[in-house]
Amino acid sequence: MHEFSLMDSVLSTVEESARQAGALRVLSIDIVIGDLIQAVEEAMDFAFEALSEGTICEGAELNMTFVKPKSVCQDCGCEFEHDVFHNKCPDCGSIFTTLIQGKELYIDKIEVDMPDEPSNDQT
Amino acid sequence: MELDIGKPIMEKNDTIAQENRKLLDEKQVFVINLMASPGSGKTSTILATISALSEKYKFAVIEGDIASQVDSLKIKETGVPCVQINTGGICHLESNMIKKALEPLDLDNIDVLFVENVGNLVCTTDFDLGENVKVVILSVPEGDDKPVKYPNIFQVADAVLLNKVDTMCVFDFDQDAFEKSLDDLNPLAPMFKISATKGEGVDDWASWLDSEIESFRGRN
Ligand SMILES: Nc1nc2c(ncn2[C@@H]2O[C@H](COP(=O)(O)OP(=O)(O)OP(=O)(O)O)[C@@H](O)[C@H]2O)c(=O)[nH]1
Ligand SMILES: [Mg+2]
Ligand SMILES: [Zn+2]
Repeated sequence: MHEFSLMDSVLSTVEESARQAGALRVLSIDIVIGDLIQAVEEAMDFAFEALSEGTICEGAELNMTFVKPKSVCQDCGCEFEHDVFHNKCPDCGSIFTTLIQGKELYIDKIEVDMPDEPSNDQT
Repeated sequence: MELDIGKPIMEKNDTIAQENRKLLDEKQVFVINLMASPGSGKTSTILATISALSEKYKFAVIEGDIASQVDSLKIKETGVPCVQINTGGICHLESNMIKKALEPLDLDNIDVLFVENVGNLVCTTDFDLGENVKVVILSVPEGDDKPVKYPNIFQVADAVLLNKVDTMCVFDFDQDAFEKSLDDLNPLAPMFKISATKGEGVDDWASWLDSEIESFRGRN
């Protein structure tokens, strides 16, 4: 259940950014997760619901984009998508390959509700 | 309103891991992050490795467990300094826990630090602690299909140990299948067959580790 740790860090970053912007509420959170991170979507949702309760993130929509692993061969230069098990070069069979995507784990963007500035501040 | 964030989720863990690494580099302490299932023989392997290399290096151990002092008591019995971390339910160690655990240790008097991670083949995988090498243990009774079921941890390993080889005949462990799947996942990582409690194979593994430690010390 490392999803709880991941979500805990997502929420602290999101809350900080939302507060800095002066937002009232977070409406949606978009995160990008590589397949190699082994984060389970349902477990992320569950952790989100449990941890966001009572925070400005409560009730926000959580959008997760999963990214397929991709590597580049150091011997022949070919780029190839692969599953989580195999990363040998499909062209030349080389074992010297470098992962270029599939380990992503970041918060892309958030949507927030801002206070309606003009109406409040007038006397 | 939409806000672009573009921040790595693991940023905090990774930053502290880098700080740990820098401190440990300065102090010339080589760190092994040992990851495996519960009961696979992590503590036994640490003890066997220390006894194989204790004439050459000064060791210390950080024990990560959800609860209890059992493992750290076992280590301390042998006279090796040991700090116990109780994660209280968290299924893996994080870099800030290591940072804290380093405080009571006399780093000037330590050459090699073993970190026994919480027994878990999934959650430990992506948390950098500031280590020099990640070593993954699989024990024979767990079955030869574990790399296929838990691929990622075997992919990040710098070395893999197959422990409890003395029980091979009892468990119908298919060594070819195991080696084949390891070769698919991580063809560059060496694999050592050991019996931590009986001593078989420990020397080969210890000499690989020794050469890693030497090249680390040569670099610094
Ligand atoms: N037969 C045999 N038993 C072993 C071997 N290595 C460890 N054991 C036994 O396996 C059990 C667990 O060993 P530990 O070293 O405590 O395993 P661990 O991974 O540290 O366990 P946790 O910290 O509880 O997750 C003990 O009863 C050991 O005696 C081995 O090579 N052969
Ligand atoms: Mg143990
Ligand atoms: Zn190639």
